[in-house]
This record gives sequence, structure tokens and C-alpha cells, in this order.
Amino acid sequence: MTSTSKPEAVSIWFFVGVLLAFYGVVITGEGLYHLAYPPERPVVLAWLHADLWWGALLLLSGLFYCYHFAPRKAG
Amino acid sequence: MHTTLAWIDYLIMVIYFAFVLGIGFSLKRYMKTSTDFFLSGRSIPAWVAGLAFISANLGAQEVIGMAASGAKYGIATAHFYWLGAIPAMVFVGIFMMPFYYGSRARSTPEYLRLRFDEKTRGLNAITFALMTIMSSGISMYVMAKLIVTLHIFDAPMRAAGLPMSWIFHISILVSALITLGYVYLGGLTSAIYNEVLQFFLIVAGFFPLVCLGLKSVGGWEGLLEKAPSGFGHAWQGMTDPATSPFGVEVFGLAMGLGFVLSFGYWCTDFLVIQRAMAADSMRSARRTPLIAAVPKMIFPFLVILPGLIAVALPTPTAAELVPDVAEKVLNADKPDDQTDAFRNAAAAAAAGKGLIPAKVDFVSGEIMLDADGKPELDYDMAIPNMLLHYFPTGLLGLGLTALLASFMSGMAGNVTAFNTVWTFDIYQAYIKPQASDKHYLWMGHFATLFGTAFSIAAAYVAARFNNIMDLLQLVFAFVNAPLLATFLLGMFWKRATADGAFFGLLSGIVAATIHHALTLPMGSEWGIKGAWIANLHTYREVMAQSFWSAIFAFAACLVVTVVVSLFTRPHKDEELVGLVYSMTPHTVDEEQTWYKRPAALGAAVIIAAVALNVIFR
Repeated sequence: MTSTSKPEAVSIWFFVGVLLAFYGVVITGEGLYHLAYPPERPVVLAWLHADLWWGALLLLSGLFYCYHFAPRKAG
Repeated sequence: MHTTLAWIDYLIMVIYFAFVLGIGFSLKRYMKTSTDFFLSGRSIPAWVAGLAFISANLGAQEVIGMAASGAKYGIATAHFYWLGAIPAMVFVGIFMMPFYYGSRARSTPEYLRLRFDEKTRGLNAITFALMTIMSSGISMYVMAKLIVTLHIFDAPMRAAGLPMSWIFHISILVSALITLGYVYLGGLTSAIYNEVLQFFLIVAGFFPLVCLGLKSVGGWEGLLEKAPSGFGHAWQGMTDPATSPFGVEVFGLAMGLGFVLSFGYWCTDFLVIQRAMAADSMRSARRTPLIAAVPKMIFPFLVILPGLIAVALPTPTAAELVPDVAEKVLNADKPDDQTDAFRNAAAAAAAGKGLIPAKVDFVSGEIMLDADGKPELDYDMAIPNMLLHYFPTGLLGLGLTALLASFMSGMAGNVTAFNTVWTFDIYQAYIKPQASDKHYLWMGHFATLFGTAFSIAAAYVAARFNNIMDLLQLVFAFVNAPLLATFLLGMFWKRATADGAFFGLLSGIVAATIHHALTLPMGSEWGIKGAWIANLHTYREVMAQSFWSAIFAFAACLVVTVVVSLFTRPHKDEELVGLVYSMTPHTVDEEQTWYKRPAALGAAVIIAAVALNVIFR
């Protein structure tokens, strides 16, 4: 967001990046745990380890957004 | 399939709640004037406004409802997007936004005051304010019901030693407090930021669901083989009311859904228009709905396909649901409340179709049957059951958070629209006209507070009366459909007068009411569904009745507005500059290269929508 008369607000894309990166870390971590200790009652298609690859993708996207829209770079 | 959530799922939810409140706190210091609070200081870039524009409409009722409709009707549900949204979004961006934004009106009712007069604005403002409160309350109620049904809060409630009967009330209270918190602190900007977050959450939560579901059923070809016949076609059987899933012929579909209802919503509803009016320039405001149209075209694949997949999967047996628990419960000699609940759920799942369970009566626990004695299916469970079926711990938390974010975003959208219309179009117009900006900013905060309180009351009204949602949909159809004629004539016919607009609007509402009172969908009883005066015509589906109600309302408003306008004194030309198409210079487009102009973007969007209709014909 831009405004000439007010301090620069943090970009929404940075918030998006932080949230995606956080969720990426948590879900990838959980995916790795499932890889090492498979759950007793796995969900359907558990062998695809969706949590692992999707978590990693969220993490990468989140980091990209965080870096690209970090407050220091705004403006 | 999961029966409980793990701590990691709760962590993901809690982080989201903390995050949205954090955004509210971080934006609080920017809320200095009423324009900052109600219109984000008109400083939102086009991309952010565009994603908020689409997300404001993407409440969880929409997500759950579209998946349910996908399970019931198949890809034909995409008509609500490709026919019932895209053309209207392009139209509002290209033709109507210059008047909303250019007139400097702060709300759509205020545009009506500038173009017509106070009484037309008053009628629109009051009906709109009531509808936003009811919508927000219904969002709260549906969310609380979903939390109870999915046992999302069971574990924390058990850990805290609180009775399970409190879950419904706590769900309503928590969601209301969080929404209130971030809207109160950051106003419209906070709501818009959270709508953008919600957009990403929906994509992050549902994209892997669709991938897993398609993989599971053997890809697109496998899905078409396993789903009911014709579910992969959007236009098959659409020309005949007897074969159309909506029970309506092509004219009713195109005119009712494709024009009156969709244009009535996307071109006049302040809830979505407010996002574009907060844009940082006229150019951004015009691009806002066009940008939103791009994801809107793709969203059927995220929200409708899960429903289609859910109905194409094999119906699970009770023992398949959770083998060890099922065995224990089904063999239990002395069932308790929990085993009863599981037994009912297992019976409902087994009597369902694919992952769609049969509906269960909350009081008796019995499976509900239709007029033919077959189990009624609970299509609203398509998305939740798909999440539980495919998502492991962690991803499940993300999927459920996306659903909860949609609910809260829907509430926040309604609350921000309410506080603006209340403050500018009711309070400033009729109660305290000459106060300072600081006073109206205070009133905006106060309206957020009592708007949320009224929403909570509305949630309990919805819980008390089953028909309240049907009633709200009716009111939407009655009020929005004629409003389209009022706005179109106001913007594109300079001869339209204030009396014409007011009496046209009233006539449209009356026409829709009379049509509803004289018709009934097949298989329905008279009352809230219609025919409360007499039954002169029976529609095959409730949607056919809605489409035709809208058509009659629009036509009545159009005719009466034109006739009354021709007999009343018109506005002077100079009063209509910036408000009417023929009286306003069009200079914005000429400053841009051709491919950046809204018309070019709009044409590209329309071509893509036509292509999707052809591909999935």
C-alpha cells in the first residue's frame, strides 16, 4: 500500500509470505515425521506423502514472498 | 478417515487466528480518518483489491455450497461462475466502475442519492444493512454448526473440562470476537488484507485436495466414468427444463442467472463494490473486477471438483470408516452417547452416495427420507468429508483453517459493508448530518461493535428458525434483481428520474413477491417456498423459481421506472456529470496502451470464459 502522508504499511504480500512459510515448515515437518513414523490409521493415498511435497512448496513460496516483499525493500 | 484432530492441526488454526488479529493491530495506527477506516484511504493497489473482490464473495457458504452443488449437479454448477459471474464482473469493471469511483460516492446507496434522491438511497441503505447483518449471522451459525458436526473443538473442550453443549455457543463467540477484533482495529483495510490471506489459504488448502481426489479416481477420465452420467458436461440437457439440472430453459438460465441475478449481485452489491471503491486510482478500480474474474474462472476446479469427486468415490461401509473404532462400537453391548453418535454417523455414511452421507435428524438421530422413501443426501458434507478422507494431520489443519477463514472473511465483509452504510447512509443522512469526521470515525467503530452483536443475535435466530436461510435468499432475490434495473437506468439513461427510480424499485420488489406468492417448486409445501396466496404454476426446481422471480422483478422495475420517468421532471444535464454515461467524458482509457485498457482485459476474460464453456460443453 502507498500513501504519501503516512508511514508505509507492511505489504500484504509479506504477510502472505510469512503465513505460507510458517505453514510450510509445520506441514513439511509433519510430513517428515509421518515418513519416519507412519501413522496407525493412514488416510487414503498416504503413500503419496502429500504433506511433504505440498508443505515444501508452501515453504518455498512463502520464503519467496517474504524475501521479495520484505518491509526493508518496500518503496 | 480422521475422527479427531491432532495438536498440529490446532496449532495451524491458532496461528491463523493470531495472525489476523496481529494484522488488525499493525494497521490500527493508520486509521486516522473515516476514509481510512471505511475506504482504506482509497489506497489499495489493483491486485490486492482484485483478490479481496473475489474473496469477499468466497465465504464458506459459497465454498461448501458450490461443492455440494457439484456433487448434486456436476460441472453444470460452473454456470454460477462462467455464466453467472464473469460477464457481470467484466461489465462492472468496464462500464459501471467509472461512475461508482468517479462520483466519489462512499457507498452504492450514496451513488443513488447523488444520481436520484434521498428516498431511493434510504430504501437501498436500510434493506442492504439488514441483509448484511442477517448474512453475517448466518455465516456464524453455519460455521458453528460445522464445528460441532466435525468435532473440531471437542478435544480442547474435553481438556478444559467444559460441557460439549457449549461448543456451539463458544464457536459463535470466538468467531465474533476475532472478526470484531480485526475489523474494529483495522477497518476495511484489515478486512481486505484478511480476504487476500483467505484467498491464498483456499488455494493452499484445496489444490492438493483436488490433486489427491483426481489421482484417487483415475484422473479426469476416471472421474467421468465413475461420476453419474452427464456430470462432466456443463451444457448437456440445458435446453429443456425437463433435463436441465436447474429445471429451467435456456432463456430462463441466460436471463435469470446470466443477467439479472449475476449483474444484480456483482454490479450493485456494496459488499463487493466496496473493495473496488477502495482502490488507489480510477484505473485500479476498473481493473479490480477484471483481475478478480481470472481466478473466478478457475475456482470451479477448486470448489466444484471436490464435490464431483466425493460423489464418484465408492460408498464406504461402516467398518471402513475407522476399522478398530467401528468394530468396538458396532459390537458394543451397552452403547453410550459416543457409540450412538458413531453408529448414526456410520449408518448415514453407508446410506449415502460416495462420500456424501445421508442426512440425519439432529433430534431423533434417524436417517431422513425423501418423498420416495430414499435417504436424503447431505451434500454440504462433500468438502468436509473430502478433507477428512484425504488429508493427513497438518494438511487437515490447513484445509479446515481455509474453511474457517472463509467463514470469518464472509462475516468481516458483511460487517465492514454494514458499518459503512450505517454510518454514511443512515446515521449521517438521517440521525446526525453535520458532525465532525472524528465523530463518524467513532461511529464506524461503534457500528462495528453493534453490527457484530446483531450478527450474533441473527445467528441464534438462524439456529431457531430452519427457514431463515431460505428467507434471506428470497430477500436477496427480491431486492437485488430490481436494483439492477435502477442502477442500469441511472447510469445509462439520463432521462431516468428520482420518482421513477423509487417507484420502479418498489414495483420490482412487489413483482418478485407476487411471483413467489403464486408459484411453487415441485415437491415443496406452500409457505416459505412459495404459493402462499395460490399455486398458479409449479417449477421443476427451486432455482427455476428464483431465476424467474428475478426476471419479473427486473422487468417490473425497468418498465415502471421508464414510465414514471417519462411523466416526471428530469434532472438538469449539469447535475448528471460524472453520474451518467452520456454526460461523462471518457478519458481514462486513452492514456494507456491498448492491451492494458480495461476493454482489452475484459475481452480476454470473456474469450477465456467462452472457451471454458466450449471445452466443458
